[in-house]
Amino acid sequence: MAEAQGGRSLVVDAVTHRYPSGALAVENINLDVKGGEIIALLGPSGCGKTTLLRIIAGFIAQSQGRIIIGDDIVDALPPNRRAVGIVFQNYALFPHLSISENVGYGLAARGIDKATRQREAQRLLELVQLPAMAERLPRQLSGGQQQRVALARALAIKPSILLLDEPFAALDKNLRLDMQIEIKRLQRVSGITTLIVTHDQEEALSMADRVAVLGHGKLEQFGTPSDVYDRPQTLFVNTFVGSSNRMPGVVISADRTAAKVRLDAGAEIIARPAGGVLTEGGRVTVCIRPEHLQFVGDETGFAGVVGMSLPLGATVVHEVTTADGSGVKISQARIGETRALESGAAVRLAPLAPSLANAFPATL
Amino acid sequence: MGAAPASRDVTSYGMGLAAPLALFFLFFFVAPLLQLLWLSLHNDTAALHWGLGQYLHFLTDPFSLSVLGSTLLLGAEVTAVCLVLGFPIAWLYQRVGPRLQTIIILIVLLPLLTSVVVRTFAWIVILGRQGIINATLQSLGIIDTPLKLLYTQFGVVIALAQVQMPLMTLPLITALGRIDPNLDDASCSLGAGSWRTFFRIVLPLSLPGVIAGCTLTYAAAITAFITQSLIGGGQMLFMPMYLYQQASTLQNWPFASAISIIFLLAVLAVVSVFTTLGRLSRGYGGA
Ligand SMILES: Nc1ncnc2c1ncn2[C@@H]1O[C@H](COP(=O)(O)OP(=O)(O)O)[C@@H](O)[C@H]1O
Ligand SMILES: [Mg+2]
Repeated sequence: MAEAQGGRSLVVDAVTHRYPSGALAVENINLDVKGGEIIALLGPSGCGKTTLLRIIAGFIAQSQGRIIIGDDIVDALPPNRRAVGIVFQNYALFPHLSISENVGYGLAARGIDKATRQREAQRLLELVQLPAMAERLPRQLSGGQQQRVALARALAIKPSILLLDEPFAALDKNLRLDMQIEIKRLQRVSGITTLIVTHDQEEALSMADRVAVLGHGKLEQFGTPSDVYDRPQTLFVNTFVGSSNRMPGVVISADRTAAKVRLDAGAEIIARPAGGVLTEGGRVTVCIRPEHLQFVGDETGFAGVVGMSLPLGATVVHEVTTADGSGVKISQARIGETRALESGAAVRLAPLAPSLANAFPATL
Repeated sequence: MGAAPASRDVTSYGMGLAAPLALFFLFFFVAPLLQLLWLSLHNDTAALHWGLGQYLHFLTDPFSLSVLGSTLLLGAEVTAVCLVLGFPIAWLYQRVGPRLQTIIILIVLLPLLTSVVVRTFAWIVILGRQGIINATLQSLGIIDTPLKLLYTQFGVVIALAQVQMPLMTLPLITALGRIDPNLDDASCSLGAGSWRTFFRIVLPLSLPGVIAGCTLTYAAAITAFITQSLIGGGQMLFMPMYLYQQASTLQNWPFASAISIIFLLAVLAVVSVFTTLGRLSRGYGGA
């Protein structure tokens, strides 16, 4: 696919969509995607990911805002003239056409002759490593193979943007990893601008150059995987991406880079003000990831009682109940003989470093 | 195989439960049919002399052959009208909201809720010399003398098409409903316009429904005694009426029997063409 145009840019400009039923599916979304980037659209089910994807593809006309591909505003173009390739979640292969005809379908629509179509289809099937399947019907292929065909079919029209809606949701775990690597490889070779919709944060973080986190139809954060994971801008992002303990507290003092917070669990800690200005005396929610907590000696940190311990392979997760009765999870790497913690043991916990505790103004 | 002794092959179940139905068919379908066949193989009305005379008579009589031909043609015309009108309705049904769907289903089913006789008389009111169509056209000044609509092939086809429409529309709605709506979108995003999508994707995938609808409509249209007779009047003769005249009026039971058998074979031939097409298209609709 060296001949593909190096991937066109995509701008989603203040897009809002309200369904005729009245449901506000996406609200004022702004995305600026550079040519050749892989973007993940990450959010829980029902947050408007598919809606946004269908707006970009042209199946839904947004209520407000613009879609710009390359230098063109495409809002007036129907889907068949946008040159946007889509891989549907259920693959949507044409069941009555052979694999080769499926892949060549877009070329037939462009009036390309049969011999050329077949040659091109064969080339693409080799690209997705299914060279021997051309004459089969879709139902004679496994799920992973069908997905490769769907990908080849979308790439055949040399789209300027490739959209994938939950592409790995229907695959089992091992196959999923294979396909993730495969798609990343194809994307690198073709340099095509790619948008992957997913509700799986690991998938988003591992595959994308940048991740757009959506919650309830709004864009919560748009940044690199480490931005989103390490420097979440909202409480939603902090708790949705990766797991996180939410600990309520009160601000004792705060400036722009650090805040001293008294946790209800009974300790004073330094946290990073993550979501805007914090005022002294205001209630906050502090998020600390389980892997960013450590057991400490007497007098520091906050106290708790160990409940359950779950060995999860490389790590062990302990559930600790704090003084204010809330539960906190702490995960420890399993190095050699990890000290066995009995249920009911009294422990003290503290964050590994101030920058690893994020304080957000409590909303009520 | 033997791993699951509890679950038996369905074909190995005793046929006892099917016995009442089998007996019913034996007495009320197979026996009369055999009697019909037996009667048709006699040359005289008293059924004393064996022979193929009735069949020879039918197959060499231009009048009888023309009745058979016009009946089979009528079926084809009604089926074509139902298909052309029913497909858009079924297509529309799959693309509107749930409230409109209810309304469409109601409209489609409504004919089934009234008696055929009542519906047929309604068509007489509509198509007659002084009927709704002629009165409207005349008052608009479009025509001077009333059009002849009743007692014509056209009138019979239209009335039958309306009467049999649900038989076409319902299988079509089912078949179109089975098609994954994403296929439409996939075709479109690959650059195909709506006509290409229709002819390359929607139509081939709806073929099982088209064939089921055509078979039902065809079989119903050619045997629709009441509508054929009332709208066709005395001037158009189709197989069911021809049969009825021979049996009831002329008391020529052997000839009537032969007509029935020939009609039955003709219908079976047409239906088996449909089912063969259906089998060929099964490679498609499976998904
Ligand atoms: N065709 C539709 N009509 C009305 N509301 C819809 C329609 N499709 C989706 N919605 C609503 O819009 C919201 C976003 O849906 P969707 O974009 O499918 O979410 P996601 O793909 O993130 O799971 C949901 O609340 C859903 O109920
Ligand atoms: Mg979705």
